[in-house]
Amino acid sequence: MRKLFVLLFGLILAGSVLAKEAPPAVPDPALEKRTMALAEELRCLVCQNQTIADSHAELAIDLKNQIREKLKAGMSEEQILQFMVARYGDFVLYKPPVKATTVPLWFGPFALLFGALAGLFYYLLRRRRSAAPQPLSEAEQARVQALLDSPEERR
Amino acid sequence: MLRARFLIPLAVFAVVVGILGVGLTLDPREVPSPLINKPAPAFNLPQLAQPDKTISQKDMLGKVWLLNVWASWCVSCREEHSTILELARSGVVPVLGLNYKDERADGLAWLARLGNPYQISAYDRDGRIGIDYGVYGVPETYVIDKAGVIRYKRIGAVTPEVVRDKILPLVKELNGNA
Repeated sequence: MRKLFVLLFGLILAGSVLAKEAPPAVPDPALEKRTMALAEELRCLVCQNQTIADSHAELAIDLKNQIREKLKAGMSEEQILQFMVARYGDFVLYKPPVKATTVPLWFGPFALLFGALAGLFYYLLRRRRSAAPQPLSEAEQARVQALLDSPEERR
Repeated sequence: MLRARFLIPLAVFAVVVGILGVGLTLDPREVPSPLINKPAPAFNLPQLAQPDKTISQKDMLGKVWLLNVWASWCVSCREEHSTILELARSGVVPVLGLNYKDERADGLAWLARLGNPYQISAYDRDGRIGIDYGVYGVPETYVIDKAGVIRYKRIGAVTPEVVRDKILPLVKELNGNA
């Protein structure tokens, strides 16, 4: 019985000695980090609401490989973005540059917000003005007086 | 005056409907290509049928030609195939193929079965030239002029209407002017 325990213990120990630490998933984590950071900024054109970092479409994988290669070859992030824009247009950028064609995109929401705020302000201003206390007209004054003077109410 | 104020929501509604209506007619998959009026990206690829021979965009200088990106796995390529075949057979414009991310045997079998509209198909196994051409959804078709400049790009299947309304008039114009 005791021998069996020793054997078992030995086996468990052997297992943990033999087990290796998991190797990193990529050979160069720093390069991978830069690749993914760049991939986060690029739209996948096959699945348009995903970045190529998120996407598993073949084209996205190819483009990630291209980014990785180009970074390895010493190209800067800026140069790689330009490479992509030259092929796929501003549309690939999640942060498109401010140009004549993208002005509505960048400033449209703010224009709408300010328009709505101006409308609200105008509306409140008008409401306050119309709700300001007004002096009673002569007829109203007379009616008030009549009610105050009426005998039933004076009890 | 009071009546006009009640019309404001209606007017806003009409504007929103108008904008959304226009939005419905647009295809979000058709991204304007930055390559229009730019020189066609250079390539020098093995031919699909003869791996020992190469084909380059330079070989077509002096001609107006079509570059059709296709693959045997692509469903829309099948859809447009008869149109491309007909266009190629009419002899109006030479059509070259770019076999994109395909197996050579699959591509050749596809052509053997359905007919081959291409003078030559370039074989782009890893899709690298496809990236240079901004390909993101096969099929894509480019009209390239005599100076080697891309003049038109069609994303998605070429229909007989596209041939009639876009490609043929453009080819005619490009052949006439230069």
